[in-house]
Amino acid sequence: MVSSMPPTPIVQVRGLVNRFGTHTVHDNLDLDIYKKEILGVVGGSGTGKSVLLRSIVGLQPPAAGRIHIFGEDLLALPPERRVHIERRFGVMFQSGALFSSLTVIENVAVPLMEQAGLNRAQAEELARTKVGLVGLPASAGDLYPSSLSGGMVKRAALARALALDPDILFLDEPTAGLDPIGAGAFDQLIMTLRDALGLTVFLVTHDLDTLYASCDRVAVLSQKRVLAADTLERVAAIDDAWIREYFHGPRGRAANRAAEINRSKS
Amino acid sequence: MPGDAQYLVLEHGADSRRLRVRGQWILKNYQPIEREIAAEQRRESAHPASAGTLAFDELDLDGLEAIDTAGAAQLTRCVGALRLQELVKADSGLPAERSALLLAVAGAQPGQAESPARPPAWRELLGRIGMSMESTWKLIVALLGFIGLTLVAFVRTLFQPRHWRVTSIAAQVEQAGLNAVPIVALLTFMVGAVIAFLGATVLADFGATIYTVTLVGFSFLREFAVLLTAILIAGRTASAYTAQLGSMKANEEIDAIRMMGLSPVDLLVLPRIIALLIALPALTFVGMVSGILGGMLVCAVSLDISPSMFLTIFQRDIEIRHFFLGMAKAPIFAYLIAVIGCIEGFKVRGSAQSVGQHTTSAVVQSIFVVILIDALAALFYMEMGW
Repeated sequence: MVSSMPPTPIVQVRGLVNRFGTHTVHDNLDLDIYKKEILGVVGGSGTGKSVLLRSIVGLQPPAAGRIHIFGEDLLALPPERRVHIERRFGVMFQSGALFSSLTVIENVAVPLMEQAGLNRAQAEELARTKVGLVGLPASAGDLYPSSLSGGMVKRAALARALALDPDILFLDEPTAGLDPIGAGAFDQLIMTLRDALGLTVFLVTHDLDTLYASCDRVAVLSQKRVLAADTLERVAAIDDAWIREYFHGPRGRAANRAAEINRSKS
Repeated sequence: MPGDAQYLVLEHGADSRRLRVRGQWILKNYQPIEREIAAEQRRESAHPASAGTLAFDELDLDGLEAIDTAGAAQLTRCVGALRLQELVKADSGLPAERSALLLAVAGAQPGQAESPARPPAWRELLGRIGMSMESTWKLIVALLGFIGLTLVAFVRTLFQPRHWRVTSIAAQVEQAGLNAVPIVALLTFMVGAVIAFLGATVLADFGATIYTVTLVGFSFLREFAVLLTAILIAGRTASAYTAQLGSMKANEEIDAIRMMGLSPVDLLVLPRIIALLIALPALTFVGMVSGILGGMLVCAVSLDISPSMFLTIFQRDIEIRHFFLGMAKAPIFAYLIAVIGCIEGFKVRGSAQSVGQHTTSAVVQSIFVVILIDALAALFYMEMGW
């Protein structure tokens, strides 16, 4: 996977600085995301993983630095061009951010009707397929988000993020709050979609199993910048207190073992 | 064979029918693909196929340049989910990622869930009437139950001064009472002036303009001050209570309170009720004074009744019982407004929309109840000869 990567990244973050008041979250942060890879972003709580995601998609204007997506500087673009680029993003927020006044199907159908120009019947039919694709039962499609369980909300949010068949998928802790079986199916789904659609996935996660099972590269956020961004083996070998604790602690070892067992099976 | 078919061609061979899929089956081309599928289906209608799928013997995906989930869903629909799964599994020439996508989408195809036919309009109408009757009945029962609950909680905490939430009550009194003084004073002042103008106009025909003083005093002490204040507070404070408790409920804060072994009624509802029981009578008094001042101003400006004369007539003609009769209604209104505001807040379920619905409902209900009770009280006072 590493050797076959195209040399030019589709997202290029250079010298990113983010501040909230006097609190600096990112200081001179660099990160590249390559086409068709699944990049896992890890880091302790409060290291600015979600802020990094929001910066890349343009929701959080940075204090300094440049972010190039598909070779264009998103923040410098005129609004109409910007919308064009944003259409190629699929974002799944941490808490789902489903529209609470719409059913699951309508949530997924909204971007299809507004952006892809489908009529309501076509959009809802396609939405039903997407809802099935993320593993929700057909009966869940007509429910409102308030009557969904936490895991179903995550899946519905993923279905909405996938609605427009985006080029880059940004996922903020997609498997948090899912049961292990559901989380495993989620990882599998992400990989299937990546392979089938040529998706690029930016994945903020705490889930070590997800990291071992599906990520091509891992970026570690620490000390206000990206400490390392490389394959899991190489990152895990770096001599840093936090990385050692994270990857070689009891949970990290267990996840590694599970991943090895899975690999030997397949 | 039409020459313009870009995406879908059904070739009739000697003894087999070959479905050729080609071009870019992506979301951008959804509509043209949809048109070609429809055209193919129309042509096929002579050979009835099952449920919109096309009849063919071989599927040829070699010409397919690109496909995403939208295109895969369309292909699934015109081939049939089971058939597509079989064909994809049998087709070894297909790239692995493409077959994975087709299998995933075909597997995700929802079953044909037929929505039940709509009942005739008259039955729906009757059904709606019945449902609204039932919900009104449930509303009344729930309201009475909640009133009982708050009374019990009130009596229980009354004897436990340790559980009096003085800070919370003071904060609520400030929000619901003190902050509402300007709007209540301004509104009642203007209505007082309007009543005085009306009285002056009508009573002038009888040469009885002097009775404008009585009209303003009588109406404000007995009815208008308390009614206007209660309606304002219903709009201002009932909605605030519902929104506050509703967002707490949506945020599971109320459940958290319950899990700590605390009672949400003691903690959240009682301080609000007590605060309004203090604030509304006080505001009613402000309303009475301010309304009478409004009347006094109009009397002084347009009727040549000086303020001192106004007060003399007021003192001579209007008995103190009118003040008490008006004031007696204030705590009742306050209690009902607070209870309705709180119970609607507790009814919120999950979403932000639900908070909005229940806030509206709280305002409508509390204004309705205030006017209803006021009318009943007027009848009662009249029958009693008060």
